[in-house]
Amino acid sequence: MYKILRKEKLAPAIWLMKVEAPFVARRAMPGQFIILRVKEEGERIPLTIADYDRQQGWVTIIFQEVGLTTRLLAQLNEGDSILDFVGPLGRASELDGLKRVLCIGGGVGVAPLYPQIKYLWEKGTSVDVIIGARSKEYLILEEEIRGICDNLYITTDDGSYGRKGFVSDVLKELLDQGNQYDEVIAIGPLIMMKVVSEITKQYGVHTVVSMNPIMVDGTGMCGGCRVTVGGEVRYACVDGPDFDGHLVDFDEAMRRQRMYREEEQHICKLMEKEGL
Amino acid sequence: MAANLNRIPMREQDPEVRRRNFDEVALGYTLEEAVEEAKRCLQCKKPMCVEGCPVNVRIPQFIAAVVEGNIEEAFRIIRQTNNLPAICGRVCPQETQCEQRCVLGKRGEPVAIGRLERFVADYCMEKGVDDEVDIKPNGKKVAIVGAGPAGLTAAADLAKLGYDVTIFEAFHEPGGVLIYGIPEFRLPKALVKKEIEGLKKLGVKILTNVVVGKSITIDELLEEGYKAVFIGSGAGLPKFMGIPGENLNGVYSANEFLTRINLMKAYDFPNSHTPIKRGKKIAVVGGGNVAMDAARSALRLGAEEVHIVYRRSEAEMPARLEEIHHAKEEGVIFDVLTNPVEILGQDGWVKGLKCIRMELGEPDESGRRRPIPVEGSEFIMDVDIVIIAIGTSPNPLIASTTPGLAVQKWGGIIVDEETGATSKDRVYAGGDAVTGAATVILAMGAGKKAAKAIHERLSKE
Repeated sequence: MYKILRKEKLAPAIWLMKVEAPFVARRAMPGQFIILRVKEEGERIPLTIADYDRQQGWVTIIFQEVGLTTRLLAQLNEGDSILDFVGPLGRASELDGLKRVLCIGGGVGVAPLYPQIKYLWEKGTSVDVIIGARSKEYLILEEEIRGICDNLYITTDDGSYGRKGFVSDVLKELLDQGNQYDEVIAIGPLIMMKVVSEITKQYGVHTVVSMNPIMVDGTGMCGGCRVTVGGEVRYACVDGPDFDGHLVDFDEAMRRQRMYREEEQHICKLMEKEGL
Repeated sequence: MAANLNRIPMREQDPEVRRRNFDEVALGYTLEEAVEEAKRCLQCKKPMCVEGCPVNVRIPQFIAAVVEGNIEEAFRIIRQTNNLPAICGRVCPQETQCEQRCVLGKRGEPVAIGRLERFVADYCMEKGVDDEVDIKPNGKKVAIVGAGPAGLTAAADLAKLGYDVTIFEAFHEPGGVLIYGIPEFRLPKALVKKEIEGLKKLGVKILTNVVVGKSITIDELLEEGYKAVFIGSGAGLPKFMGIPGENLNGVYSANEFLTRINLMKAYDFPNSHTPIKRGKKIAVVGGGNVAMDAARSALRLGAEEVHIVYRRSEAEMPARLEEIHHAKEEGVIFDVLTNPVEILGQDGWVKGLKCIRMELGEPDESGRRRPIPVEGSEFIMDVDIVIIAIGTSPNPLIASTTPGLAVQKWGGIIVDEETGATSKDRVYAGGDAVTGAATVILAMGAGKKAAKAIHERLSKE
């Protein structure tokens, strides 16, 4: 069992949990993920690691309530335990040797971006960051990120905070202004990563995206997380989750993401009837 | 000598009933049936059957005990060399091992060794019989990677020899392929759990949710004081065919399909939260045991029609005859000499499987006649789910994080066949991680050999 040391509401339906998991923390690196199961009859779901402390043996996850499992997870409180929590899975992001990086996070995708920004900043890398959300109340980790980057740009879809518009609008401006980056790292909804990758491709800026497909085991056994990258089948759990954004088939990934939408809606409705 | 040429049949669930439930198909012998069958054994002085067994169960001796009605003694004899008899009695391919060598088989049916083993194990589990092992702890720590058949066997043997054994398992439940791969109707999970409980009684510790190669490396295990490590990490990435349409929604690897059903209990959705696409018409590509398991599971999920699509003829199918027979009885349709060339989609979902007819040519390097496409024979099968069951390649996680561990080009860990020793000092391996997809009993045999070699090595220190 994996004890929840801290629980904090970051935004409507977005939670942070600090979880005691020494086996995950001891080797965790930015870009890696965990798989958890809330209860005996529960599903295994992957979540990207948002922070970790090797000495103290904890990792942080940040998640949005979208399906049944994340809703059940949100019902747990400090002092409760998560039934299963395994990791760190996937390859660590390749962040060494970069001089200037632009990090782009959308929605809850800002969470997995945070440890990467932190790592880059500690290595002395020059980092610009764009984070975006639907509206002001959904924006997360602004304060944490502000202190560890050169420039922070904020967008909201409705203009309630920062600039009105999308992260991709700021990206385009920065590139048009002649800013040079070794790499763009984009994490967020598939559609955001797709748009970002299309823009950076025009400007010839290498771009890394973090894929979060449906998985079962997360260790290279089931093959459910396959992603087409540059025309080849790759497995997000062992080959990723980071891939070259210019080569990822985002349309296929979006379609595969919807595979169980019907079942998800069905089970959520059932549980609502039972008072979830 | 008037030995009955026919074996005592084993009762089975009616095919019409069982094709819609996940309960065990074969119902086992009664005590009377077991004794009758045991009497058929000729008690050969040079028992060939024992040589055919990868773990050398003392077959004539345990059968003699059954004849005398001393089932507990039979159990103790089996357990001397086989730690998982209830499992082996069900899933071993006896027809190509012990039973193939039985002299009765020359004129009639060989002794039903597997069924007798199963009977003895079930009978004693029911009664709660424990083997009396006197364990003298030697304080030496050994780490086992993976709680599948290879790892469980090595762990049991080493624990009995006094080692302090810890198994590291990536999943939330121990058992490996016995839990995630082989379906309930062939191997009830309660039984696997009982066998694992027995292992814990021997003092074996099992840590779930630890992925060796990720959570901890082999080198770290050695640094932490484990005197030896056995790698039994099992099969890895599923193979796909490389044909168009394999990433459409509704295409599964057999690994994923079976794991969702067996480990995650998706057949019980929504009580169990893991979903699965059930489908009306299903094609399973492949001719091995895993293909049969997937096809029969698909039927039990309620499919109207399930096809096995295999490019060679039925004679070349690697699946056990019994599995093919059971699948046919349950209504699985066999499309042999048929090879998929494209999975067709509509709005991103599987809509059909385009296949080509094959004919058999000259034997290839495997000794089986090579299938050759019949020009112009393409046709479309109307299906909504396609399951690919054409094998797996070894898991890359350990090889990629263990410097000094030599692997084959295709990823299998290279070992000394007799000892399981790898190229890395104190590190041993066995099972599918070494051989690629094979059988439960071969993995167990490899676990046994490695346990013996580890003991020989460590007892010198």
